[in-house]
Amino acid sequence: MAKKKAPENPLGFEAPIEELEKKIQELEAFAASTEMDLTAQIAQLKVRCTELKRDIYGGLSPWQRVQIARHPNRPATTDYAAALFDDCLELHGDRAYADDRAILTALARLDSRRVLLVGHRKGKTTKERLSCNFGSAHPEGYRKALLKMQFAAKYGLPVITLINTPGAYPGIGAEERGQAQVIARNLMEMARLPVPVVSVVIGEGGSGGALGIGVGDRILMLENAYYSVISPEGCSAILWKTGEMTEEAARILKLTARDLRGLGVIDEVVPEPLGGAHRDPAEAVRLLKAALLRNLDDLGRMGRDELLASRYEKFRRIGRFVEEPIPEAPAASPEPEGAHPQPAIARS
Amino acid sequence: MAWEGLRRIGFRKKKEMPGGLWMRCPDCGKLVYKKAVEEALRVCPECRFHFELSAAERVELLLDEGSFVEHFGELSPVDPLGFAAKRSYRERLREAQEQTGLRDACVVGTGTIEGTELVFGVTDPSFLRGSMGSVVGEKITRAIELATERRLPFVFVSGSGGGARMDEGVLSLMQMAKTSAALARYDEAGGFFVSVLTNPTMGGAMASFAALGDVVVAEPGALIGFAGPNVIKNTMKVELPAGFQRSEFLMDHGFLDMILPRDQLRATLARLLGYCPVR
Repeated sequence: MAKKKAPENPLGFEAPIEELEKKIQELEAFAASTEMDLTAQIAQLKVRCTELKRDIYGGLSPWQRVQIARHPNRPATTDYAAALFDDCLELHGDRAYADDRAILTALARLDSRRVLLVGHRKGKTTKERLSCNFGSAHPEGYRKALLKMQFAAKYGLPVITLINTPGAYPGIGAEERGQAQVIARNLMEMARLPVPVVSVVIGEGGSGGALGIGVGDRILMLENAYYSVISPEGCSAILWKTGEMTEEAARILKLTARDLRGLGVIDEVVPEPLGGAHRDPAEAVRLLKAALLRNLDDLGRMGRDELLASRYEKFRRIGRFVEEPIPEAPAASPEPEGAHPQPAIARS
Repeated sequence: MAWEGLRRIGFRKKKEMPGGLWMRCPDCGKLVYKKAVEEALRVCPECRFHFELSAAERVELLLDEGSFVEHFGELSPVDPLGFAAKRSYRERLREAQEQTGLRDACVVGTGTIEGTELVFGVTDPSFLRGSMGSVVGEKITRAIELATERRLPFVFVSGSGGGARMDEGVLSLMQMAKTSAALARYDEAGGFFVSVLTNPTMGGAMASFAALGDVVVAEPGALIGFAGPNVIKNTMKVELPAGFQRSEFLMDHGFLDMILPRDQLRATLARLLGYCPVR
């Protein structure tokens, strides 16, 4: 069955590039059919096209990046599984309730290394997208991920998680089966998984549903991916009571890779080909592969205890606050170190 | 009364407390005698609706009189993203601080329950809906680390409608990982964690520390879950079943050890602590 392809250009800001590329194609076709020599003109247009891309993609707004992160042709977990790894062997099922297609778990080889791949799966065709709930996993998906990660740990296989979800599934069944419970469990267990874990936000990093497979020794983010505590749509609805302030919401949430690098949340921004991963998937794969190998090399040199200690410290450090002494602390009792005793609370 | 949180005792919301001797229960809608509600530890005498309690009231309800010593009270929030929409985060923080007398939504410390020493913490649902930003995550983490060091049991009372605090972006989200990682270490050190869920405990709170108790108990009728009921209703276009995401629903689906009415909470916590001394 032929795959239904999504429209090539759903992003408004890319229109001038598409127009120019179309013109170049037409000119090339014309030159071929009439045997006229248009090489110089075509070359000139190509230079202009590259400049245009640099202009447009160089100054992307956070909201435009969110749109690129959601682009239907953007390489997704299954694309990376096929292009980045060899010998992928998918493992199914959570041994408790179901096999959630919204999360892929597979044994795989990255060059010579055996690893476990865990990733959100959005699906490529309409049918697949529906069966994957567009990448929104149910509790059974998170449970499957944990089960396979613990299995991988038993055999000393490093884990690579590819994050690409709008968020964990918000539904009646998901709540009945403990959506919050399974995500919490994953956070706790991933924190002490005794093998290297590299997490990469490849597209959408939708809140708890993303973090549920995202407690890694390294958190990488593709240049145009986003990672956020709430979707720009949700933020817009809460703050402005309308779904139309997504542009502003995306800006204030500081959800881009560069913002999160600055806040100390992620470790590395993985560059994408000019215009985004969807414009040159092969190059996107190459860039990600290089980053993965380098990080796995680093982590592979650590012993188990060092690895777990450094993972703990990594998350332990995240957060911004100040420590200001309490001004009205009573002078009566001397303060023991590190504590601020307060007088007893009187019972009424 | 010098303890910061005690500045506001009494019903916070005007709609709950219109003045006078009588009040209307927001759950059953009946007019009830205010003093009767107070005497029942802020529980509606008609329908058993459990009103929210402040952090100070929780301490007073659960710990031995005068035993509580606050820790890490010097931690104060900042505005790491420069977050501002119609109103700025700074402004909302200042307002919440003035209204509650707290610096942020969480209070932690040490104390005793019927003589048993423990590390105790609570989120106050009236401070930006009890949501977790950097300070709440840091306080919970430090409390867990303190319990690990001193080999003490840990009891935490959650009340958080907001889950992870939007105004601090992904920094809030990462507090989920931070607190859960601390609990993993506490668990390995043989710690005993009782998570008490109160109305409401949702989103990022429930999807991290609040769900990870060795024993998980809830007050009756509390809203507990991952996605907010309105989010599910609006995105999925479905009618929600009666009692959806309430304590009794979670009990039926296997996520709670017990549902405890407020007047039994303290005594049952004491019994639990007696069963599971930290090794």
